[in-house]
Amino acid sequence: MPLDLKTLVKNLSEIAAPSGHEGPVRELLRQEWATLVDEFQTDGLGSLIGIKRGMGEEPRRRIMLCAHMDEIGMVVAEVREGFIRTVDIYGTDYRALLSERVLVHGRRTLQGVFGAAPPHMARSRKKYPTAEELWIDVGLPADEVADLVRIGDLVTFDSTVIQLKGEKLAGKSFDNRVSLAALTLCLEELKHREHVWDVIAVASAQEEVGAHGALTAAYLIQPDIAIALDTTFGTQTGVGDDEGFALGGGPTLGLGPNFHPRLYKAAREIASSLEMKFQTEVLPGDSGTDAWSIQVSRDGVPSLLLSIPIRNMHTPVEIVDLRDITRVGRFLAAFIAGLSPDFLAEIAWNTRKDNSA
Amino acid sequence: MIALLRELSQAIGVSGDEDEVRDLILSHIQDYVEDIHIDPMGNVLGVRRGTGAVDLRVMAAAHMDEVGLMVTGFDSDGTIRFKAVGGLDARILPGMRVLVGRDKTPGVVSWVPIHLNRSDDAVDIDRLRIDIGASSRDSAQNAADLGDRIAFDSSFVELGPTVRGKAFDDRAGCASLIALVQGERFPFDLYVAFTVQEEVGLRGAQVAAQRLQPDIAFVLETTACHDLPQNPDEPDQTTITRMGGGPAITVMDRSMISDPRLVRHMVQVGIPCQFRSPQHAGGTDAGAIHRSNAGVPSVVVANPCRYLHGPHSIMSISDFEYQSQLLRAAWMALTPSVLER
Repeated sequence: MPLDLKTLVKNLSEIAAPSGHEGPVRELLRQEWATLVDEFQTDGLGSLIGIKRGMGEEPRRRIMLCAHMDEIGMVVAEVREGFIRTVDIYGTDYRALLSERVLVHGRRTLQGVFGAAPPHMARSRKKYPTAEELWIDVGLPADEVADLVRIGDLVTFDSTVIQLKGEKLAGKSFDNRVSLAALTLCLEELKHREHVWDVIAVASAQEEVGAHGALTAAYLIQPDIAIALDTTFGTQTGVGDDEGFALGGGPTLGLGPNFHPRLYKAAREIASSLEMKFQTEVLPGDSGTDAWSIQVSRDGVPSLLLSIPIRNMHTPVEIVDLRDITRVGRFLAAFIAGLSPDFLAEIAWNTRKDNSA
Repeated sequence: MIALLRELSQAIGVSGDEDEVRDLILSHIQDYVEDIHIDPMGNVLGVRRGTGAVDLRVMAAAHMDEVGLMVTGFDSDGTIRFKAVGGLDARILPGMRVLVGRDKTPGVVSWVPIHLNRSDDAVDIDRLRIDIGASSRDSAQNAADLGDRIAFDSSFVELGPTVRGKAFDDRAGCASLIALVQGERFPFDLYVAFTVQEEVGLRGAQVAAQRLQPDIAFVLETTACHDLPQNPDEPDQTTITRMGGGPAITVMDRSMISDPRLVRHMVQVGIPCQFRSPQHAGGTDAGAIHRSNAGVPSVVVANPCRYLHGPHSIMSISDFEYQSQLLRAAWMALTPSVLER
């Protein structure tokens, strides 16, 4: 059955799984990948590792494809008079929360909305309310809320995916569920293509809090090369092409010390052979992605970063262009199918022509 | 009544473009109200005939319009410029979902990621844009026209003792008024007005009152409710109304002073109610009606509603149901002697 990308993105997006609480998305991926990989493992932090064995002789080389599965979120910090105050787990933008809908994952899941003092009674109507001034209202009496909600309960965006013009969707957690959709597309395509290397598909835990899952997963599986998949800033109102990348303009390929230059070059060649749109994202240091962790795993892993541009990052209405997701899936499958048993020699540091002459 | 409220809440009618709401209301009142007239402003006027026992011209008004936004232009990248229609707290806009124009084209208010801008200064509405996914000005103009209204994209949900949704201000008042005209006849002829353009300056009500020439008027409204935990540095610690305290009777707001005889009458009928804290904020159709013609004694009965003028207001079901019960009880007991000085 051909994969319905829009449905896949919707299913992945609407699941609630903030950092450290990735269970629901891990189980969804276990189902989605059940027929696409040969074996599952998990690391100590809960990253899901799907192994699709290659056709080469053992011991086979391994490529790690890593997309984080956690989302930004909040936890309950206080329950007072039936209202709920939160602190963020990481990366939540409280300026965009007034009047936003959330789910409070208490003894049962409650539908809430962020409220604050009306503008004429607020500390300032020229400032966005702070986390301390925003209260979740679940519309229930105080005693009922006290029974149902405890400090530490998770709070996530209550946001369904909507279709915009063109191939664009809006919804929550596109950072980074759209990359998991792309990774799934890649595995789907590899069902019909031969590949020599083992493919290690990783849905990593706890990226938003410091790329922890990628570190532990890489340690466990010891890849020969790795490609991290993430999202990057799309151009939008207030974000020009000096800071962002066009939606629909293709994924970005990271360039900088986090990435292996020869691997980068090989990727560019595959992309141009596919006549695929790509953008270059220059990252002079920490890429802020799983690639930063993976690169220094064990004795070092040649790494790459492919990012899908999204708008309104870390809000409940992130926007993506489906074509960019498809491109990442296609690219990865082609790249993997093209990996020869001695590919590592092709990108080895000591194969510079001027040295070997 | 909740089904009626749901239907009215989900209809879209930003000020000056109330067609959808008007049609819905007409379908609910046509079997109960006579002399239905849609005036040049778009108000729906009519009379619910009474038993004739009491000789008073009584007007009851609820407004059909809701706050929202309006398309004011298009940028070359396909985004839409907009302004507010009615009083709207611009701080709710970042990341908001909206529906643009008659086709209800989905869009979102763009918000620069926190990684790139951390300022907590509220962004002026003129600098925000709506993204419908169009990638050029032409493509955006195919989907929307200048002047198109933009509504909050919301859903109506029941949360146990409360309901959540958009435009309870004032579809809750409309629902109560519909329920009142559908019930037992009153001792007097009740002149009903479902008004337009309340949110942009009580425009419809003024014209409605001039036509209906009432002796007294009742305005069915919603009002702000601020019963959240308060921080010590918030300047105003007033609780405007309390949710669950019953419908709120306005003694005074920015637009009018309620007639004290009518306030007294409302309180005496024995249905749970509360007073809205008197303050120079907020205004209702009563502001226009009470100063129409030779002056009309008026009173406002309003449902407390948290997060008014936003996409997800919360209102108590019991407050809402008491609104029509309070008015029914008050009207059944209404005689000209209430107005004796």
